[in-house]
Amino acid sequence: MNIETIKTRLAGGELDARAVVESALSAAEELNETLGAFLQIDRAGALARVAELDARRDESLTRSLGCVPVAVKDNICVRGLQASCGSAILGGYHPPYDATVVERLQDAGAIIIGKTNCDEFAMGSSNENSAYGTVRNPWDTARVPGGSSGGSAAAVAARIVPVAFGSDTGGSVRQPASLCGIVGVKPTYGRVSRYGLVAFGSSLDQIGIFATNTTDAAQTLSVIAGRDPRDATTADVPVPDYVSGLTGDMRGARLGVPRELFGEGLDAEVRASVEAAIETYRTLGAEVVDVELPHAKYAIAVYYIIATAEASSNLARFDGVRYGFRAEESPTLREMYRRTREEGFGTEVKRRIMLGTYVLSSGYYDAYYLKAQKVRALLKQDFTRAFERCDAIITPTSPTTAFLLGEKTDDPLAMYLNDIYTVTANLAGIPGLSVPCGLSETNLPIGMQLLGPHWSESTLLRFAHAYEQAQPFDARPGVIAGGEG
Amino acid sequence: MPITESDIEKIAALAQLELTDEERRALTPQIASIVSYVEQLNELDTSAAEPALGGLTGEGARTDAAREDAPLPSLGQKLALDQAPDPAAGHFRVPKVL
Repeated sequence: MNIETIKTRLAGGELDARAVVESALSAAEELNETLGAFLQIDRAGALARVAELDARRDESLTRSLGCVPVAVKDNICVRGLQASCGSAILGGYHPPYDATVVERLQDAGAIIIGKTNCDEFAMGSSNENSAYGTVRNPWDTARVPGGSSGGSAAAVAARIVPVAFGSDTGGSVRQPASLCGIVGVKPTYGRVSRYGLVAFGSSLDQIGIFATNTTDAAQTLSVIAGRDPRDATTADVPVPDYVSGLTGDMRGARLGVPRELFGEGLDAEVRASVEAAIETYRTLGAEVVDVELPHAKYAIAVYYIIATAEASSNLARFDGVRYGFRAEESPTLREMYRRTREEGFGTEVKRRIMLGTYVLSSGYYDAYYLKAQKVRALLKQDFTRAFERCDAIITPTSPTTAFLLGEKTDDPLAMYLNDIYTVTANLAGIPGLSVPCGLSETNLPIGMQLLGPHWSESTLLRFAHAYEQAQPFDARPGVIAGGEG
Repeated sequence: MPITESDIEKIAALAQLELTDEERRALTPQIASIVSYVEQLNELDTSAAEPALGGLTGEGARTDAAREDAPLPSLGQKLALDQAPDPAAGHFRVPKVL
């Protein structure tokens, strides 16, 4: 059920709030063995909260997300629940405060049913880097759900919850949304507060939304967007009503196509699906124009310098002193730090800390880090120029459909190249979203990505919504909550 | 310059990581291959480019973070120590420094 259906049925008395939350909890519990999407399911807390909201039912139902069950990635702090970030170093850690997005969700009446699995500290594109087991794709459990927000994507795709939250540093919301056949939104840098999001790459991180359709995504974004004094990077830009912008009108809209990104490495079926979507837009009245992003081919190189540099600095705080795991019996402070980090961090996190430390180290800073920041500026310029010619840019979200578990774990670089279409938005600070645009012959979802200038979420959601109306994506995964098939 | 196991050892020390021999052996070629991949940036002339440090916000957006200099409630000692691996007498206790 989508948000509107839940709210209409609650208001009409066909459903009661407790039953809605109860069914989300049961689905989460029943499917967890198959999908591994949740690291913690908060049955008691969610039921207590729904009782509280139900007691003043009429008022609760007027709220934007009144009694809507949601799930939150395990790197976003919810007071009273765990926040392991998929890492052993934060095993058992319970943050003493709520993230700003969590406060806003609760004020809007949403009910958090649990914390979702993810790649350790959001580092990965397959969810295989979690210290607590991998997540499986509801469309084919031999395949990855994408990452790093794989648990949130799987939970929404399997219709356990209508909406879930993730973080997107290089595509960690859009890529799993694409691989799981749902909508994923990465807002503009500065649109949504990161207070309470465990930092990975601070100049790239943004909290994003998973939903089964663009209307739910729009409604949810209206709730979480906006200035927050506790996150200095949030901007004082008015938050529009994103739902009322979903007019379906594409006349006069200009859609940019960066042809150079449709070449080598792109799966033929994915290309054909995105090309068909471009034709749909043309039929709807949009003008299709060619644009160039000459520096996009360097984006992965730039990203893996900047993201790892920032990660090596952000993850310095995990030292076994104030919270989380501490290695036992270390004779000195230095050995305690090293053993704690050695035992507490997984392989990919260590690899990235090492790479980040290397590119920032004395003698290499200019050659790698500064160079990458300069190319980042050139990439940003590419987008500014492209958006003079169009309102949004369309690309695939991921070069392939969901790959097999274990397929890329031995080759870190091959895994990184999976992010080729998504990292550009984080580097430029612009918004992006992924929408399902077809199924492969093997019954796996294909997603397309729309990118726009800063603060253009309304435009992107309108474009996505118009496509969704013209080409509804009705397919459902094999693993799905009871009654939702 | 090729990255050697001894470079990896040095970086690990800077990053406060105590790698096992096996990890060091595995990481050396991996880091080397990623570094050689990112070196493709050298083919670009960036002499005229200003690094994009802190310049992420869209045109015209304000992120003025200054607020009134007024005391606000903080976490407090009890909560701050609540999840420490080894709290002692209001402090975080750690092994000896030297």
